Amino acid sequence: MTDLTYQPDRTAVEAVGLGYKHWRGRALRDCSFRIPSGRVCGLVGPNGAGKSTLLALAAGLRRPTEGRIELLGHAPAHPAVRPHLGYLAQDKPLYPYLTVRETLRVGRELNPGRWDQGTAERVLGKGHVPFGRRIATLSGGQRTRVALALVFAKRPEILLLDEPMADLDPLVRHEMTAALMEAAAEHSTTVVMSSHVLASLEGVCDYLLLIAGGRVRLAGEVEDLLAAHSLVVGRNGAAGGEAAAPGGFVAGRPAGLAPHTVIEARTTGRQLTALVRAEGPVDGPWETAEPSLEELLLGYLRSPGAPSLLTPSAEPRARKAAA
Amino acid sequence: MCVVEFRIDRRSGVATYLQIVQQTKQALRLGLLAPGDKLPTAKEVVAATAINPNTVLKAYRELDREGLVEARPGLGTFVRRSLARPGAAADSPLRAELADWMDRARAAGLDREDAAALVMSVLEAEFGDGSPSPAPHAHRTL
Repeated sequence: MTDLTYQPDRTAVEAVGLGYKHWRGRALRDCSFRIPSGRVCGLVGPNGAGKSTLLALAAGLRRPTEGRIELLGHAPAHPAVRPHLGYLAQDKPLYPYLTVRETLRVGRELNPGRWDQGTAERVLGKGHVPFGRRIATLSGGQRTRVALALVFAKRPEILLLDEPMADLDPLVRHEMTAALMEAAAEHSTTVVMSSHVLASLEGVCDYLLLIAGGRVRLAGEVEDLLAAHSLVVGRNGAAGGEAAAPGGFVAGRPAGLAPHTVIEARTTGRQLTALVRAEGPVDGPWETAEPSLEELLLGYLRSPGAPSLLTPSAEPRARKAAA
Repeated sequence: MCVVEFRIDRRSGVATYLQIVQQTKQALRLGLLAPGDKLPTAKEVVAATAINPNTVLKAYRELDREGLVEARPGLGTFVRRSLARPGAAADSPLRAELADWMDRARAAGLDREDAAALVMSVLEAEFGDGSPSPAPHAHRTL
């Protein structure tokens, strides 16, 4: 296998003007984005950002109150989509009174033609989850393993995982992430997984969707998003070097960075550190570097007012056609 | 049958695909990989390292572009060319002389960092500054 797993022209997930309102208020508003097939996409955002709502909408468990979301070109509940979709909710619902063996049998019977018993047993076997035990008697980590075994064994084209690794110890998390990456490599699965542990996504995800306050803040290839930003460090203020010199800022942003979009700027004594979306080369007495994924995400999360960015591949195709 | 195993350091600041490229080149230089050897498949690498498969494939494409490996469709990725020089092998006289020099440096009271600094300064004087594999943190100055 030497071909990249992703197919840039095939769309796995696409949302246009997607919104969702529940009795407590609005969870998502005007979300538009696209995830190409074969990508491993990290869905990140603070608690309450709407990550779980977005995944439930994508899984067809809830209906959008505005706009729409499509998987493989159809509504999520469409019969052409269902067999190709795997979804694991955050609370990992399983039947507590069934044994592990019976749970696997349910998976096999409900997914005729797609079920891969070998995959299920491989995911379970390494953790020594006893097949005869009832689900109710398993530990949290063991239950997560059973749930992951079920979704992996279905061999879906699109896998939606809501905080899948949250309750696993580091060793099992590494093992489960490896199993997920193996499945993605073998079947070119599109994976959308939410997490608020940013470090767990580094090296795993090649695509990113950042939502905050119910809106899309960043969407696109991790590499391109990182390359579009610079972390600049320099002296705060004018040549005099006075900390926070009033003349040093133009309309709230440091002079010299004027042509660029400043996402976040912080001053410590005489030093200024800023995350900028560079429009052309960054000139001036600045030391620049590409931010890490964590630095990029934190910069956007700390600045709710910063403008959103979608790379070209993350722009929904349907909106262009309709416009 | 894997001949090499990749170690991925997520905190090193070096792009993951570059780590694979550098480690493959190092294995070619040391003769751990020889022409005709098969590199592990992307699936094998991700099963061991839990990284994104596209990262592995990107590294292999880079090595292919440099003419070091070739992809044979349906079979895998194979080493085309070695980077090993007869003089640089693990059992070469040059290595033995260097080991001998290290022993004398230790006997003279030099510690690891002293010895490394001395080697680096001679290396730069003899071969110039343009080392073939850049220092890991070269592009991250913060």
